[in-house]
Amino acid sequence: MLEIAQSTYDEIVAHARRDHPDEACGVVTGPVGSDRPERYVPMLNAARSPTFYEFDSADLLALYREMDERDEEPVVIYHSHTATEAYPSRTDIALAQEPGAHYVLVSTREPDSVEFRSYRIVDGNVSEEEVSVVTTLSS
Amino acid sequence: MSIEVRIPTILRQYTDGEKAVEGSGATLAELIDDLESRHAGLRARLVDEKGLRRFVNVYLNDEDVRFLGGLETGVKDGDNVTVLPAVAGG
Repeated sequence: MLEIAQSTYDEIVAHARRDHPDEACGVVTGPVGSDRPERYVPMLNAARSPTFYEFDSADLLALYREMDERDEEPVVIYHSHTATEAYPSRTDIALAQEPGAHYVLVSTREPDSVEFRSYRIVDGNVSEEEVSVVTTLSS
Repeated sequence: MSIEVRIPTILRQYTDGEKAVEGSGATLAELIDDLESRHAGLRARLVDEKGLRRFVNVYLNDEDVRFLGGLETGVKDGDNVTVLPAVAGG
């Protein structure tokens, strides 16, 4: 299950809407081993594409250095689909290389509603999980 | 000769869980071969028949080696190499 704060959920959805029709992407970091998505970090989609996303390689290094200094890991890795459902594509599955992360997919294909779903992707296996949006993360 | 190579979580299965290992070589290719001799299977995760794998980022002292010389990038004692899988999808 992914437990996420309403404010973080709102920030991710707003980011996806802002970048539509390009895919938006980013992470929510948290203390190593905590499973708490605490710090929202939107990232530039270097591909700037409606069908592909990739963190810029220099941004990626800076992000991981920063997480290292703060004893954090990527708890959520999110990106948006702008014309298809919020389900991991074959590419998403093939390129998922953080087995401990919750992979969040947001779909902005409909203007009046949003799909926000979360998955574990480990060794090519996808399993959807419940998303619990809370006022504040439980301690 | 000692070059520190930082290993991402997903590749620590090849390094007994270590997040950093040491190696030597005059080029990135030689360094990777040297690491392979102690950490079998690591090279195949970094390199394919075309060179460095597309969705694995390798940095030499903070620079993406794609902008340097790729596998032929010169390395020397005291350099730091960091490996990070790309975060990407479609």
